[in-house]
Amino acid sequence: MRYGTPRADHEMPDQPSPSKLAQIRRTNSGVERSRLSAIATSGAADIPPAMPPPHLPELFHVWFARRGWTPRSHQLALLAQAEIRRSTLLIAPTGAGKTLAGFLPSLVAASRRPAGAENKGAGLRTLYISPLKALAVDVARNLTTPVEEMRLPVRIETRTGDTPQSKRSRQRLRPPEILLTTPEQVALLISGEDASYLFADLETIILDELHALVPSKRGDLLSLGLARLRRLAPGLVVTGLSATVARPTELRAWIEPQVAGNEAIALADAIVLQGGATPEVTILETEDPLPWASHTARYAVPEVLAAIAGHRLTIVFVNTRLQAELMFHELWRANEESLPIALHHGSLDVAQRRKVEAAMAAGRLRAVVATSTLDLGIDWGDVDLVVHIGAPKGASRLMQRVGRSNHRLDEPSKAILVPANRFEVLECRAALEAAEIGAQDAVVNRRGGLDVLAQHVLGVACSGPFEPAALRAEIATALPYADITDADFARVVDLVATGGYALRTYERFARLRPTGDGRLRIAHPRVAQQYRLNVGTIVESPMLKVRLVGRRGKSGSSLRATVGGRVLGEIDEWFAGELSPGDAFVLGGETVRLEGVRDNEVLVSRATARDPIVPSYPGGRFPLSTHLARRVREMLADPARWRRLPGPVAHWLSLQEQHSIVPGPDEVLVETFPRGGRHHLVAYPFEGRLAHQTLGMLLTRRLARDGAEPLGFLANDYALAVWGLGDLSALIASGRLSLERLLEEDMLGDDLDQWLAETSLMRRTFRHCAMIAGLIERRHPGKEKTGRQLTVSASLVYDVLRRHDPHHVLLEAAYRDAATGLLDIARLAEFLRRIKGRIRHVALEHVSPLAVPLMVEMGREGVGGDARESLLREAAEAMLREATDTTQEQGQSG
Amino acid sequence: MDDMWGALARADRGDRAFATSPVRLAGKHLVADHSGALWWPAERMLIVADLHLEKGSAHAVRGLMLPPYDTRDTLARLTSVVEAYAPRTVVALGDSLHDRGAAARLRKADRQMVHRLQLGRTWVWITGNHDPEIASFLGGEVMSGLGASGLELRHEPQPARGSHEIAGHLHPAARLTTRAQIVRRRCFVADGSRIVLPAFGTFAGGLNILDSAFEPLLEAADRRVWMLGDDGIYPVPPGRLVAD
Repeated sequence: MRYGTPRADHEMPDQPSPSKLAQIRRTNSGVERSRLSAIATSGAADIPPAMPPPHLPELFHVWFARRGWTPRSHQLALLAQAEIRRSTLLIAPTGAGKTLAGFLPSLVAASRRPAGAENKGAGLRTLYISPLKALAVDVARNLTTPVEEMRLPVRIETRTGDTPQSKRSRQRLRPPEILLTTPEQVALLISGEDASYLFADLETIILDELHALVPSKRGDLLSLGLARLRRLAPGLVVTGLSATVARPTELRAWIEPQVAGNEAIALADAIVLQGGATPEVTILETEDPLPWASHTARYAVPEVLAAIAGHRLTIVFVNTRLQAELMFHELWRANEESLPIALHHGSLDVAQRRKVEAAMAAGRLRAVVATSTLDLGIDWGDVDLVVHIGAPKGASRLMQRVGRSNHRLDEPSKAILVPANRFEVLECRAALEAAEIGAQDAVVNRRGGLDVLAQHVLGVACSGPFEPAALRAEIATALPYADITDADFARVVDLVATGGYALRTYERFARLRPTGDGRLRIAHPRVAQQYRLNVGTIVESPMLKVRLVGRRGKSGSSLRATVGGRVLGEIDEWFAGELSPGDAFVLGGETVRLEGVRDNEVLVSRATARDPIVPSYPGGRFPLSTHLARRVREMLADPARWRRLPGPVAHWLSLQEQHSIVPGPDEVLVETFPRGGRHHLVAYPFEGRLAHQTLGMLLTRRLARDGAEPLGFLANDYALAVWGLGDLSALIASGRLSLERLLEEDMLGDDLDQWLAETSLMRRTFRHCAMIAGLIERRHPGKEKTGRQLTVSASLVYDVLRRHDPHHVLLEAAYRDAATGLLDIARLAEFLRRIKGRIRHVALEHVSPLAVPLMVEMGREGVGGDARESLLREAAEAMLREATDTTQEQGQSG
Repeated sequence: MDDMWGALARADRGDRAFATSPVRLAGKHLVADHSGALWWPAERMLIVADLHLEKGSAHAVRGLMLPPYDTRDTLARLTSVVEAYAPRTVVALGDSLHDRGAAARLRKADRQMVHRLQLGRTWVWITGNHDPEIASFLGGEVMSGLGASGLELRHEPQPARGSHEIAGHLHPAARLTTRAQIVRRRCFVADGSRIVLPAFGTFAGGLNILDSAFEPLLEAADRRVWMLGDDGIYPVPPGRLVAD
């Protein structure tokens, strides 16, 4: 039975118009490949009780009725889709009963299954996969209610990294009918020798928060896992659950198997539930003038506190952990009423986070300051206000965060945006306008990582011998790998087997060996053990536990003598690496002072300083989205729209118009001016901090070559400034320096290559790839080798590969990642193309109004970049100077 | 006050002010080279520590496919420093080979490179804990330690007082706080009695000199530290070093 003609049972008579089944037909050799149903609803699109739809058993109707509910149209639509075995993407806003819709087909099937039905395999029917283990646990809990109340013969279990080993072993032998888990666990399960038995009965896969999973390496790994599962359980139906996204087509293609040699993209069906009430989003207006450059929004603390006091439960979202710490600290300093305000972010101790979540759900809190750890759809309680500190960086992220307030479709969510500085006002305004018309950022369609593929190939090999050509065909059904070349696949298999080096000396140690019948198998059971310890694509930067100890005496008593106190949380090893003993920072709402590091623990004492020294940290971890950046440029270019901005900001822009110029939406403004004995160049690409940093690094190199004697640079999400000794205005005026030439696309050639050799960002990117591909081992807490001299660091491997094997597949994988990741080269390239012939240069006498925020930030920043060599030299020269001075004083010879 | 771009520009112009650094031990003039080798001009002797040849393939044997280029990289760097100083004697201070199977795993080209290095000079392999035996086909003399003009050359530093020694084994590294960031590099570390060389091997890591392993060996008050950069060797103030 095909679902080709418009179906009357979807045309809900009580739905407000336009409630229509819209259909997109992509015909490919006469076969209809997809449909898209749009169900517009105010959230009350229920089925009249007089008309029981055909799919839902009586038992369920009774259960819905007893709860005072009626099944919603999209829930029934998914049920119908399951009956005709079609994979479907459900796009619905928060509060629409998405999760129940996803599980309804599995529950109905369970209710119909005769007792004692025969299984082909272990009896696992439904696999639910969520990006967060907490979400899996939460959903399992919610699912228990209908299952128990309807007495359905179904066992529901979760399986995460926290599940005890004994239970995990049992789950392989006797799995539940419904298993809720994470992508990493799926990778582990399919690498088992028993995978074909375990998954033989699998009928349904439910992917939650799909929009969050797809554009990542975790998504790549999961797409490969899906391809594998489809082979183990043919006829599998995939249901994707997603928040609203700009281009659902990409997600629809992601959950549908792609067909080799077919130009057309295969798409799953889609059911789109339009949003409920329009959210009420406002930008905070204050009497105080806005800060020029800040990421903390300290100025807004009284207003935020007042908003908290006026609501039941508020989530205060921030972009980074450090902002969370700082805002939490500031709120409590001003919290005269002692409102119960808590803190929630990924570096806090798990037990502490669980406590906060429980208190939230129980209604004992008035506010929680949180990072993205609270982004995804876990229901923590009756949130009625979202405060967003700093700019949202993307229109979709903003809408998802705003959706955290008011989990009911028919009531509007309420949110207040708090820009931390003037540029962020523009960005907040742009995000707000995007929200008003429902514009979303696109989920970027990505090419699957080769490092992830290497991990998957090894996982498949661990489950049993495989035929390379068959595996090649299988992985090409996954959208991220649909275009992989035979050559790249062969390189990846070689990487898994022998490291993939041009110098072929490891054949005798190969991890994969031919079986003699054209297949490959793992060479030793140890390979499978190593694989299981290294599975997954989340390469967290190593975290160090932070423990509170007493303060070290002046006598320099050994750290070993200090007895461990309570663990406050964890910090990123890279962050810890930037701190020196004596530095004060904030963690868990407490200001602490670094005492030292011992055995992977950071030892701290309570700091006495009133103001924490939070080391300067970039404003947001997420770069400004391309879509939002364009909106900001357009707003800037159109003085008519400045009226909607707060007075001081509109005034700031009109001053810019008087003293310099305001660029058009497709132009880039470059200003040069002298200040403080130095010459400055400020460019305003609005392409996000990562792309600006890369541009800054390359620009400084080029300027140095052109004799402009640059001294340093600084980048934020909107602009970048380079300063130096050469008179840039004069150099440009005399024609000795050409901005057009300076900003030519060829800067992404040799200059980029030279910089990549040095930059720690590239090293980090490479380290991720090498760990995912299994070239270097992950560090496991508690099992770490002591003594760094025993391990070979990713950095050493990177240097050696660049020198001796520059075309190695992992260098290429790291380069591709850098292009879209920490260096954002792809976006920089797009920018350089866009501005060709559209550079507006202005030589000024003074700093321009638009440049002021960067100038203010400059005072606080050290040297950016990676000039380690010169820092060493500086230290040596300073010491030598000191030594020379001392010896002169003492009248001795060296 | 110098600045980073100025310094970079000078480095680009081939400024070699920090290519080497003088070290005094027991009245002897020694030269620490930025490659990590120690040059003893009076003896025309070049000393290197902890080459760890074939460390990459030692991991490959266990299933971790590290790049197989560490040996040729280490030997190429050793060749260029040997060519620069033209020593009469080269002493490898132990742990020259990463494990007992390493010599057998050496590629032919790498073995030939070792032989070429030995031509026309005395070559001494001091044994270490990783390489208690050195295969005879590698050439050179094998010793457990060596005394030369009042200095003891050995693999593992000895806490005994009164003697003066040049040793390796510990892979010293230092972390320096600077105005911008913390820089961690391999280093030479010395006091009045001994100098410990950084590991020369490409895949050899580093142990922070503030680790307790260094405590009984080096007088805290008398410590001198030279950190290795890419282009230079930099004496740094011990007071600005921090633990890992």
